[in-house]
Amino acid sequence: MSTPILRVKDLQKYFPVTKGAFFKKHVGDVRAVDGISFDVYPGETLGLVGESGCGKSTAGRSMLRLLEPTGGSVEFDGKDLLAMGKRELVSMRREMQMIFQDPYSSLNPRHTVGAIIGAPFDVQGVKPDGGVMKAVQNLMERVGLNPEHYNRYPNEFSGGQRQRIGIARAIALQPKLIVCDEPVSALDVSIQAQVLNLLDDIQKEFGIAYVFVAHDLSVVRHISDRVAVMYLGKIMELTTRDQLYTAPLHPYTHALLSAVPIADPDQERARERIILTGDLPSPSNPPSGCVFSTRCWKATDRCRTEVPQLREISAGHQIACHFPEDRRIGIAPGAASGNDFTSN
Amino acid sequence: MSDVVLSVRDLSVEFATEDGVVHAVDKVSYSVKRGETLAIVGESGSGKSVSSLAVMGLIRGNNAKVTGEVHFAGQELVGLDPEEVRKLRGLQMAMIFQDPLSALHPFYTIGQQLVEAVQVHEKVSDDEANARVETMLDRVGIASAKQRMDEYPHQLSGGMRQRVMIAMALINSPDLLIADEPTTALDVTVQAQILELLRDLQKEFGTAIVLITHDLGVVADMADDVMVMYGGQAVEQSPVRELFYQPQMPYTWGLLSSIPQMHASSLKLDPIPGTPPSLINLPKGCVFAPRCTYKDKVADGLCLSERPNLLAVTDTHAARCHMSVEQRADVRRERNIGKVN
Ligand SMILES: Nc1ncnc2c1ncn2[C@@H]1O[C@H](COP(=O)(O)OP(=O)(O)OP(=O)(O)O)[C@@H](O)[C@H]1O
Ligand SMILES: Nc1ncnc2c1ncn2[C@@H]1O[C@H](COP(=O)(O)OP(=O)(O)OP(=O)(O)O)[C@@H](O)[C@H]1O
Ligand code: SF4
Ligand code: SF4
Ligand SMILES: [Mg+2]
Ligand SMILES: [Mg+2]
Repeated sequence: MSTPILRVKDLQKYFPVTKGAFFKKHVGDVRAVDGISFDVYPGETLGLVGESGCGKSTAGRSMLRLLEPTGGSVEFDGKDLLAMGKRELVSMRREMQMIFQDPYSSLNPRHTVGAIIGAPFDVQGVKPDGGVMKAVQNLMERVGLNPEHYNRYPNEFSGGQRQRIGIARAIALQPKLIVCDEPVSALDVSIQAQVLNLLDDIQKEFGIAYVFVAHDLSVVRHISDRVAVMYLGKIMELTTRDQLYTAPLHPYTHALLSAVPIADPDQERARERIILTGDLPSPSNPPSGCVFSTRCWKATDRCRTEVPQLREISAGHQIACHFPEDRRIGIAPGAASGNDFTSN
Repeated sequence: MSDVVLSVRDLSVEFATEDGVVHAVDKVSYSVKRGETLAIVGESGSGKSVSSLAVMGLIRGNNAKVTGEVHFAGQELVGLDPEEVRKLRGLQMAMIFQDPLSALHPFYTIGQQLVEAVQVHEKVSDDEANARVETMLDRVGIASAKQRMDEYPHQLSGGMRQRVMIAMALINSPDLLIADEPTTALDVTVQAQILELLRDLQKEFGTAIVLITHDLGVVADMADDVMVMYGGQAVEQSPVRELFYQPQMPYTWGLLSSIPQMHASSLKLDPIPGTPPSLINLPKGCVFAPRCTYKDKVADGLCLSERPNLLAVTDTHAARCHMSVEQRADVRRERNIGKVN
């Protein structure tokens, strides 16, 4: 196997909680990301999935050092990212880019689309053959935007088109890694499908690795090679896509998958559901032992006292649980669905 | 007494704006029976919310024009005195919104707001109102309801707020509930809880539900009937199984093949090209024509020159498309759309 482009080890990001108006007293921490480890290989997509507040975005930003991690290590292309000085980090950004959820707020409204997409060339002092304008127009063409719209402003574009602008900017310098934070969550389904296909094509063409952060399990299944499931700042399960969606072992993964309604009335109404009770605990006061123990139907005293470590349970399949689920999920792999239009 | 709770005929809503007239809803008709759920599905801006707000008598402002008929509780609501409509709202019909924070008052406790919702329609003592509220909160799965009644909306999680909204909407056992994207802002595990709750309460009270969503999974889960909206029009209407298994028009086909399916073996997505239309300059012909890849199948450029009518395919299934029923069946077979028997 090739060497990973990104190695994340025991990554932690805590946000301090303070009290007091004048003399801020440190009273605790929001443990947004609490010791996560994984590798990302060149050209692959690692999906990072979980419910709101589980720390996906914080993890995505910390691994690029857009947020300063509290602990752990991040190695990018064999270099220790956390030991780098400012200047070194800036030049490293050429290789690692980010795409954001909100295509509206991540683009400067006062800059033309040409200036936005061309910015990485200026920042990095890169002079593309034929000039920046030519390069930008090629990029626009590549992501399905009309190159003649070079001088327009972001507000003249639709949501899907703005996301294409963000993608063009991210791929301008042909990075090795892009962290995509909910890149299609704000888009309508028909537009979402267009953007997902574009991300797919671009990955194939340039061999870029993606860390794909999203809460939508169907979207993550669609795009990922491997998937990590997060809960309260920790990874619960990490394995290949097919393994995760057809033979998950962690109770939380089971609950999560069973909550997604299937767009097929007969299948949807026939299947077994796990309805979780209770609310998500606060990340500033996580449960002792297993963080999922307050909502897990299998929890025992051991779960409430001993933290289950993320361990490899079979080749390439890691979980953090004392009592893995072994029953199969209701739907067999490749089960023909009524609306599986494109298979034949 | 008929089972039909709400019946809407040729409902249209127009807004006069600086840029021109926005045809937000164009001659929509549907009915919902007691204990049943109609799902309205469509992309952003297709007119889902506006059509429902019009039913509730909540479209106001002198730039708005609502026409058509809305029959509810033995009355015609379009043109009815707003005060009369207000009396029905909250008692016989209720609405829940996508964002529960915007519908709950930040300065009053949950208990105060729910008690008010009871007492505005009925003269009951504080004690009785309080008791009813506590029972209802309990019913929607809020633990230690009595304590929660003293809390303010911001002290609750998103899922709990949505439960409070549901409690508020159902506290007077309305005949009709319009739920506008009630779970869109929630996590899937919380969504599953809320949908289950709605289903249970519907069974218990026989409520007719109009459920607005853009999530076809939620439609498959909850709906008896479905109305697909595009560009302010109903482009397809049918019982839920027929919509998924014998969909009749290209926009519906496109929607179904745009969603990444959790349980499908193939991972390929077949998106609809282009973007939704502007509601100010709607195309002269079929509203979907600019994005439709099948318009060549129809002779004489009819798709571009003439609006297709909503035509019945069976007694219960109607669609707007110039293609013949045979042509559509051929396409479905060819492209493996729906369930081909
Ligand atoms: N700057 C900050 N200061 C304090 N707490 C923060 C900060 N940013 C995030 N958090 C907290 O950290 C936790 C993780 O947040 P994060 O945004 O990473 O979650 P997420 O998984 O991306 O959620 P979502 O799906 O809603 O985007 C949350 O509890 C959040 O409130
Ligand atoms: N007061 C108004 N004045 C002018 N146009 C309006 C007004 N209210 C709504 N519209 C327009 O009517 C159209 C339909 O809006 P509506 O809110 O019903 O869409 P929707 O299907 O509910 O979309 P979403 O999924 O985004 O909620 C939109 O194009 C909207 O911009
Ligand atoms: S460790 Fe225990 S509580 Fe945690 S997921 Fe496994 S069985 Fe459930
Ligand atoms: S009427 Fe024509 S353009 Fe409209 S959906 Fe049918 S084939 Fe397509
Ligand atoms: Mg996030
Ligand atoms: Mg709406």
